[in-house]
Amino acid sequence: MKRIGAITLALVGALSLGSSLAQTRQTIKIATLSPLSGGQSNLGTQIRNGAQLALNEYRQRFANLGFNLQLVAYDDQAEPATGTASARRIAADRDILAVVGTLNSGVAIPASEVLAPANVAMVSPANTANAVTDRALKNMNRIVARDDAQGPAAGRYIIQTLKAKTAYVLNDKTAYGEGLSAEVEKYLKANGVRVLGSEGTEEKNNFQPLIIKIRALNPDVIYFGSIYDQAGVFIKQLRDAGVKAKVMGGDGWDSTDLQRIAGSAAAGALFTTVAAPLSELPTARSFAALYKKTFNTDAQGFGANGYDSAKVVLQGVLNAIRSNGNKLPTRAQVQTAIRGINATGLLSGSLRFNSVGDRQSATMYIVEVRPNLSTRVAAELTVEPPRR
Amino acid sequence: MDIVGPLLVQVLVTGLTLGFVYAIIALGYTMVYGVLQLINFAHSEVFVTGAVVGFEAFRILAPVALNAYLKLLIALFAAMLVAGVLNVVIERLAYRPLRGAPRLVPLITAIGVSLILQDLLKFLEGTQGRFNLVYELPTEFNSQLSLPAFVTSLGVRLSVKDILIVVIALLMLAFLNYLVNRTRVGRAIRAVAQDRTTAGLMGIDANRMIALTFLIGGALGGVGGVMFGLQFGTVNAYSGIIPGIKAFTAAVLGGIGSIPGAVLGGLVLGLLENFLGIISIFGSLFQPLSFLQAIGAEYKDIGAFLALILILMLKPQGLLGRGNTEKV
Repeated sequence: MKRIGAITLALVGALSLGSSLAQTRQTIKIATLSPLSGGQSNLGTQIRNGAQLALNEYRQRFANLGFNLQLVAYDDQAEPATGTASARRIAADRDILAVVGTLNSGVAIPASEVLAPANVAMVSPANTANAVTDRALKNMNRIVARDDAQGPAAGRYIIQTLKAKTAYVLNDKTAYGEGLSAEVEKYLKANGVRVLGSEGTEEKNNFQPLIIKIRALNPDVIYFGSIYDQAGVFIKQLRDAGVKAKVMGGDGWDSTDLQRIAGSAAAGALFTTVAAPLSELPTARSFAALYKKTFNTDAQGFGANGYDSAKVVLQGVLNAIRSNGNKLPTRAQVQTAIRGINATGLLSGSLRFNSVGDRQSATMYIVEVRPNLSTRVAAELTVEPPRR
Repeated sequence: MDIVGPLLVQVLVTGLTLGFVYAIIALGYTMVYGVLQLINFAHSEVFVTGAVVGFEAFRILAPVALNAYLKLLIALFAAMLVAGVLNVVIERLAYRPLRGAPRLVPLITAIGVSLILQDLLKFLEGTQGRFNLVYELPTEFNSQLSLPAFVTSLGVRLSVKDILIVVIALLMLAFLNYLVNRTRVGRAIRAVAQDRTTAGLMGIDANRMIALTFLIGGALGGVGGVMFGLQFGTVNAYSGIIPGIKAFTAAVLGGIGSIPGAVLGGLVLGLLENFLGIISIFGSLFQPLSFLQAIGAEYKDIGAFLALILILMLKPQGLLGRGNTEKV
């Protein structure tokens, strides 16, 4: 009992010491906006944790300039309504200079519009929908490739490597899934693959009517633009029904939870991803070890992307501080500094943004789930946005 | 062209298995409605609770070397017990204190209870990091039945779990039918359903009979949950919403308060849903029907609700309902 009391006293002492120090420094907050609860929280938490590691790394440098760096994590539950509500709270907190987020394009689009008038810069670790940067907002940037790069990459693999003649295209009726599937379908049709059917579904449990139909049409490949929590169930029921067709999806499948939900049915599943498998990044080993040590769980691609995005943000803020004579910069100054960044030391290589906030050159991976449910990179390609 | 036959047969098989799942859930609605004239909207969550208990049972039993059918039996009993008791608790806390109130009031508390249970389930499994619960079924259940050659030539697939679902449903039905129509307890429940006051004068404890009805209804919901897990392999806190509404629709479609009606309604809906799910294929096969291509599997749920509206307009007492003369 006595010991606990002593520890509490020590803790209270340390806390008050911390806060008295903080009072002498100006606070700079960086926000993350990603799903921290609900079915996609696995990916969203990776993003937050990755950003946290980047902040830990930069804390001393900010302290030397007289700033106290803080991460504030906001939850969007992968829902546009929740995401915009959180974005409003972010805009209202004047200490927040920039945001790392989001996971879902459907959330990023309205959230960035809420943050744009307040000049709060966003660096997205995950959004691939074309519309995310096509709106040419000053505050919206992303470190990953676009759908019109990701879709054709998947299409090319389906045609050249899988040698498919027929395909069935599905989407989850979100901005992300619809956009990605439309790009894949367009590419397949333009290159002579017969698309036997194409439809959207919000279903999460009962895919049986859909599967009966797909089984009758017997396509070579099924492409499904969706997130792992829905795709996992679909793949499981598909294999239970004895359908042998290859299944492929986008980076929304890039979570070990795909294998957890689909079980052995996940073997052979393919997906394109903008988040490099950590084994493929030569610089990622120490990151992965640190992540494991800090959060007691394995880092995945989106953790690395969260880390990279936060680094882009922090380097941008540092640049803005420097050009502001080492004083606290405005949000607008940070926004300009981030767009003009020449970021180095990222896990995914160096980075520059084009005029609308797309990464000038991004790497796309095609990943396959192996029979033992680990993943391997089946192909790797460099993609560039349509605008320079 | 030659795929239409197999397609329709498969729709029949899958539709009937799904229909039996709906039927079992619908029976829970019908039982409670028959006795209290109350739509127990929390029944969807009672059903999901059963599915979650089934999941936990299979998860805990997965490493245990035990006969697969014994595992299923344990999962079913655990789900029946928990869901049944939960339903009794709901009745005691949310409905009984309001028994004299206008009928709208318990309906609102029912919706409240349903929302509370959803988030409670999400919270309980969420603390373990589990949001989509994946049934780890014994492999025996997924194996295909060896069917006669002329059936397999139609491309029909039937797995052990399909048969299990139908057998469980039929056993539950037979048991329920026996209980309600052939036992003293059943007679007491029917008496309370017909006239609670007069039944009380005859020495029947109405509260006990109502609690018993909720226990049976909840247990049926629990069984439905495990069957749902068998059928689809996964469940989450919100899985109950759509099947719950469908089962309610099935109960109304068949004539709410009627046991055979609930079964018929469930089967009709299961078949309708699976048929609508594949209807777009006719559009791609037959030129004059090409407009059907626009009806993706996402529209499968519309059929249930169209059927509900139609039946309410044309035969409000339901397919097998007979006004107020016979309840339960």
